[in-house]
Amino acid sequence: MKRKNMWIAAVATPVMIAMLLLFVGSPTVKANNQPPTASAAVKIDNFVFGPQTLTVPVGTTVTWTNADDIPHTSVSTEGVFKSRVLDTDEKFSYTFTKAGTYPYYCTIHPKMTGKVVVQ
Amino acid sequence: MPDKNENLIDQNLQDLNNDGVDRRGFLKCMAWAGTGLVWTMSGGIPVSRAFAKGYGKDAAKGEDFTFVQISDSHIGFNKPANPDVTATLQTAINKINAMPHTPDFIIHTGDLSQLSKPSEFDTLDQVLKGASAKQIFFVPGEHDMLTDNGEQYLQRYGKDTKGTGWSSFDHKGVHFVGLVNVANLKAGGMGSLGNEQLEWLEKDLKGRSASTPIVLYAHIPLWTIYPDWGWGTDDSEQALSYVKRFGSVTVLNGHIHQIMQKIEGKVSFHTAMSTAFPQPAPGTAPSAGPMKVPADQLQKVLGITDVNYLVSGRSLAVVDSPLEDSGASASGNAGEPLAVVDSIHG
Repeated sequence: MKRKNMWIAAVATPVMIAMLLLFVGSPTVKANNQPPTASAAVKIDNFVFGPQTLTVPVGTTVTWTNADDIPHTSVSTEGVFKSRVLDTDEKFSYTFTKAGTYPYYCTIHPKMTGKVVVQ
Repeated sequence: MPDKNENLIDQNLQDLNNDGVDRRGFLKCMAWAGTGLVWTMSGGIPVSRAFAKGYGKDAAKGEDFTFVQISDSHIGFNKPANPDVTATLQTAINKINAMPHTPDFIIHTGDLSQLSKPSEFDTLDQVLKGASAKQIFFVPGEHDMLTDNGEQYLQRYGKDTKGTGWSSFDHKGVHFVGLVNVANLKAGGMGSLGNEQLEWLEKDLKGRSASTPIVLYAHIPLWTIYPDWGWGTDDSEQALSYVKRFGSVTVLNGHIHQIMQKIEGKVSFHTAMSTAFPQPAPGTAPSAGPMKVPADQLQKVLGITDVNYLVSGRSLAVVDSPLEDSGASASGNAGEPLAVVDSIHG
């Protein structure tokens, strides 16, 4: 009896600790009801948004960086977001909190278009 | 130097010169790097002659005049393609001031500034103040309307204009129209004039005699040069339909930082060099971004455009001059034309 209990304890303790860790780990996200923080990047290079279509989960913060010698903007075609003018190496970030497709363009060079797909 | 060049050009162009086309309504445009080369145009047939020869003859008849186009100064730009754009603008102004006759006025076809900053506009004003021609007409480039829908631009340079900065005026019998094709651009599109401006243009031209020479100027080319890079204006066809009945139409644009010319019927299209930095020829680079050339070459790819109006022929001669003449013309030889005029067709 004594032996058996000890054996159970030996097995159960690590399992309980593991379960406890799991329990502690996941609910912190669920408890605040916030999506996990994620980030993604769009590089503006040679008058092109790269990647031209970026697919990200809900809650992702997308950062555009202008690598050109010429200023650009990143402006939602549907008025969802609008960067200021980004000179060389300047950045703009926007966090997408709703699923959907977000087309955008450079208002200075409107041939430059891209979209963010939020799932 | 001019005589020698003239002779060479005369020889080169003799074949083109002997078609006896009536000079009335002719349109001439010229690509020039230290020497002279004139393209004369009537009914879709390009003919050429030496610029200086014709000018000398007609100039005595009075009312002929010259104006200068400058473009794309991008004050505030400081990247390797030209770390000192203020200095090269100053060189352009010096070149204008060195002209034998003070031009009647200057037209700046936009991108005065790099980022629409007040300090950039201030610097531009300071340099332009030193120009021999005191009257300067402007149209905005997309760089001049970056932050405030062009409000500051309008306050400074477009006080007597309509809408986003369009206007017209008459000078010695020529009707000039400045158009804005950089406002309210749509995703995926090129330059745009918009309905309000098109309606205004139609009214502005209505009732004018078909013999009135017309000069249209705007920042982005009013003809499609390279759609992939947005080098064109989506609704320019509409605007050009209003000028079709006129005998002489000259269209002056900037934006692409290089000389391009095309003649269609009685309409001559011309783009000017930048005073700041060159851009690549269409499709020859991954993008239209600033082109870095060796420092000693820079002033050869920047420049100004003189336009001479000759009353007798009701014609305009467009002359592009680099800030620094090429070595060939400086040594007295006929220099190569700065831009190959390869797109002339009727």
